[in-house]
Amino acid sequence: MEKWRAGRRFLRYSSTIDPRFNPNSQKPIFNSAFGNYEHHKETEKWNFHHCFRFLTSNRAPAPPLGTSMEKGIIGNAVRFQFRCFGSAAVQRNPSFSMLNSDDINYFKGILGDKNVIQDEDRLLTANTDWMNKYRGSSKLLLLPRSTEEVSQILNYCNSRSLAVVPQGGNTGLVGGSVPVYDEVIINVGLMNSVISFDKVSGILVCEAGCILENLITFLDTQGFVMPLDLGAKGSCQIGGNVSTNAGGLRLVRYGSLHGNILGIEAVLANGDVLDMLGTLRKDNTGYDLKHLFIGSEGSLGIVTKVSILTPPKLSSVNLAFLACKDYFSCQKLLVEAKRKLGEILSAFEFLDNVAMDLALNHLEGVRNPLPPSLHNFYVLIETTGSNESSDKEKLEAFLLHAMEVGLISDGALSQDINQASSFWRLREGLPEALQKAGAVYKYDLSIPVEKMYDLVEEMRTRLGAPTKVVAYGHLGDGNLHLNISAPQYDEKILAQIEPFVYEWTSKHRGSISAEHGLGLMKANEIFYSKSKNTVQLMSSIKKLLDPNGILNPYKVLPHSLST
Amino acid sequence: MKIMVAIKRVVDYAVKIRVKPDKTGVETQNVKMSMNPFCEIALEEALRIKESGVASEVVAVSMGPAQCVDTLRTGLAMGADRGIHVEATEALYPLSVAKLLRALVEVEKPGLLILGKQAIDDDCNQTGQMVAGLLNWPQGTFASKALDVLVTLAINDEKMEFNLLMPFGLVKVNWQQHRGIHSELQKICSDSVVLDKEKQALTVDREVDGGLETLCLDLPAVITTDLRLNQPRYATLPNIMKAKSKVIKKFTLKDLNVEIKPDFEVVQVTEPPKRKAGVMVSSVDELIDKLKNEAHVI
Repeated sequence: MEKWRAGRRFLRYSSTIDPRFNPNSQKPIFNSAFGNYEHHKETEKWNFHHCFRFLTSNRAPAPPLGTSMEKGIIGNAVRFQFRCFGSAAVQRNPSFSMLNSDDINYFKGILGDKNVIQDEDRLLTANTDWMNKYRGSSKLLLLPRSTEEVSQILNYCNSRSLAVVPQGGNTGLVGGSVPVYDEVIINVGLMNSVISFDKVSGILVCEAGCILENLITFLDTQGFVMPLDLGAKGSCQIGGNVSTNAGGLRLVRYGSLHGNILGIEAVLANGDVLDMLGTLRKDNTGYDLKHLFIGSEGSLGIVTKVSILTPPKLSSVNLAFLACKDYFSCQKLLVEAKRKLGEILSAFEFLDNVAMDLALNHLEGVRNPLPPSLHNFYVLIETTGSNESSDKEKLEAFLLHAMEVGLISDGALSQDINQASSFWRLREGLPEALQKAGAVYKYDLSIPVEKMYDLVEEMRTRLGAPTKVVAYGHLGDGNLHLNISAPQYDEKILAQIEPFVYEWTSKHRGSISAEHGLGLMKANEIFYSKSKNTVQLMSSIKKLLDPNGILNPYKVLPHSLST
Repeated sequence: MKIMVAIKRVVDYAVKIRVKPDKTGVETQNVKMSMNPFCEIALEEALRIKESGVASEVVAVSMGPAQCVDTLRTGLAMGADRGIHVEATEALYPLSVAKLLRALVEVEKPGLLILGKQAIDDDCNQTGQMVAGLLNWPQGTFASKALDVLVTLAINDEKMEFNLLMPFGLVKVNWQQHRGIHSELQKICSDSVVLDKEKQALTVDREVDGGLETLCLDLPAVITTDLRLNQPRYATLPNIMKAKSKVIKKFTLKDLNVEIKPDFEVVQVTEPPKRKAGVMVSSVDELIDKLKNEAHVI
C-alpha cells in the first residue's frame, strides 16, 4: 500500500486530462449501416496484412464474374479459412447462380442506383467481419429501405438461386454476418426508424436496422430501457441482435430475447412476408413461430421489424467493482448476491487477472480501480432499483458483509455515472483489448458455474507460453468467454484448442455457443451440443422454409446436412 | 494544518439536463445527483496534501437540502476526516455560499480552503473568489498543476537527480510518507534536502489564457481547482466502511448567523435552441447555392 502511494505521487501526472471531459474518449457511436467501418481501418493495421496478404493482392481490379480468376479466389479462400482458424473447408455450393449484369440492373430497378453498392471499398468492409478473421468475396451489397424491397430482393434471388447473406452491424464473432463466397449482402441498416412506442405498456416497435445504442437513447428520453445491452451497442442492429439471440450484460435481470421479443416481421426466402408483429404479452394461438427467427442467424428468413417489451428505466443504478481471491469466492458471491440483492441485481460479470492485465495494457484511458497490484478475480455487480438511498444501503451492507466474511478482498463502489462507465469500460472493452493484443481464438461457452473455471485452468496447462488464456463473462448466466490470445494465428495452437474445448464442454453438458451463435465457425460443431435427431429436425425446417438454401448458406447447420 | 474543502451536490455530469416544463429551473426530481467533478478534484488534492504529511485533517463541507449528506458520505468515503452539512432549503447563490464558508472558516480555522473552480450546474465560477475577498485571504484560482521540485542529492559522492512532485508545491516534505524510497536514501534525504520547511507558503500553477502562471501565496489561502490538476480516487469498500463512523456535523443558517438575502431573481430558464438536422447536398453547385442564398455566408 505504502509503496503504491509513493509510486503514485511520482507517476500521477502522466495522464493530464481527465477522460470524462474529453469528448473524444466517449465510446464511439457509429451510425452508418457499416457501423464498424472506422474500427476496421484501425484493426486492419495489425493483422489484416498478416492474414490476408494474398487475398488483398487479388482484390483489385475486380475480376470478370464467373471466370477462372474468380475460382482462383475461391480456392484461396477455402485454404485461407482452413489455415487460419480451422473451420472445415467448405465448397461453394454449385447450385447457386453467379451474379450477372441483368441481376444488377434488376436490383437497381427496385432499389435505385444509390442503394446497389458495387464500390470496392464499401464491399471490402461488408465482406470482412469485425475481427478481420472471415472474409467473403461478394460483389454486391444491397441496401433496402423497406420490407417490400427486402421481399422483392429475396423473391428474385430465390428464383435465380442467388445466395444471400443478411447483415446488420456486422459485429458478430462467429463469421455469421459476412459472405463465405459471393453471396449477395443484404444490409437493412437504412431501415432504421422507430415505428411506435407505447408509453403505458413499454412496447417498442421498430425496424430491424435500428442501432441498439440509438434505441437505448430513444428509450431513455421516454423513461424506459432496452432489455439487452452489450459491448457492441454502438454498431450492432436490433435485427441482428434478434436473429442471433444476443445475450449481453442484462440477461441475468431481464432474461433472453425469447422472452422480450413480442413480435417479428420476417421475410422468407421466397419473398413472402410473415407478419407476426404482435404487441401482446400473451398470445397462445397456435405455434409461436417467431421463436424460429430468434437465434436462427438469418438462415430461415430476414427479420425486418421487431416489437420489444421494454422495462421502465429505474432511477437508481449502482455499480461495484470487486476483487476476489479465488474462483470459489466469486461463485459464493453470486449465490449470496442472488439471495440478498435479488430484486435489484441487474448484472453479475467476472474477469480474471489475465483479462484485467490485458484491459489495463491495451485500452486507452483506463486505470486499475483497485491498485496497487492485480487480484486473482474481479467481479462487477450492478444493481438497478427504484429507490436510490435504500438500494445503495442494501448494496453497501451486502458488500461490507461479504468483505467481512472474506468473499471479497477489496472493492470500489462507483459514486457517479462516470465512475460506473469506467468500471464497465474494463469489462466491455475486453474484446477490443484482445483484438489489439494479437491473434485471438474466441469461445463462448455455457458451462455449469461450478465447473466453469476448471476449463480455463486446464487450458492454461495445456497451452503454456506464449499464449494467454483470458477468461471473462457473464457469471450470473453461467456464460464463459474463453479467449486464447496468441502472438499470431498458428495451426499448432488451434489443434491444441479444438476439438478439446468442444469435447470438454460437451462432457460437462454445456453449450459450445452460449450467445454468439454458430455462424460459419461452429456450424459443424453443433453435434457437441445438440442431438442428431434435433439437428435433423432443424435441417427439415430449414428445407421447408428455404428449399433452395439461399439464406446465409454454409452457416448454423452442419455442411453435411445443408448441401 | 487543517484543510477545508467545499463540495457541491449537482446533477450528475453524465445526465442529460432537462428544463422543467414551467421554466422555473432544471429538473432534479428522479435525476441522478453526484458530487460536482471540480469539487471531487479539490477533495482529491486536499487528500493528497494530507497524505504528503503537510496537513493533519481534511474537513468536507456541503450546503443545501438533507440529501447533501449523501455527497458528504462520498467525500468521507474518499478519505475526508469529517463532514459539515449546512442545512438550507432555499436557493443558495455564490455570495451566500461564500458568506457561509467565511462563517465556517471562523469556526474551523483551516489553513487552506479548497474549492472546485465552478459547479457544473450553474457554472458561476464565483464562490472561491468571493470567499477569498470576504476573508481577505490570498487566492490561487484554476490550480492546474502541482509544482515540480528538482531535488539534487549526493549519495556516496554520486549525484542523483529526481523530480519530486508535490501537491500544490507545499514546501514541506515528510520523508516518512515516502516509503517507496529506499530507507537508506530516506535517511540521507531527510538530512540533505533543504526546503523552506516553515515558510508557510504554497505555490500554485494556474491556467491562464495562453499558458500557466505560477503564484506563491502566503497561508492561509483559498485555492480553486481546475480540471487537469489530478484524477480523483474511487471510494473503496474499506474506506466506505471507515466512513460509516466519521462524523457529519450539522449547522443551520442561524447557527452561523448568516442571513440569505436573494439579491437577484431567476426569471426564466430555457433550453438552448435545438440544432437543426443537416442536409445532404448532391452537387457542388447546390452547395454553393445554399451557402449563398440560404446561409448567406458567401
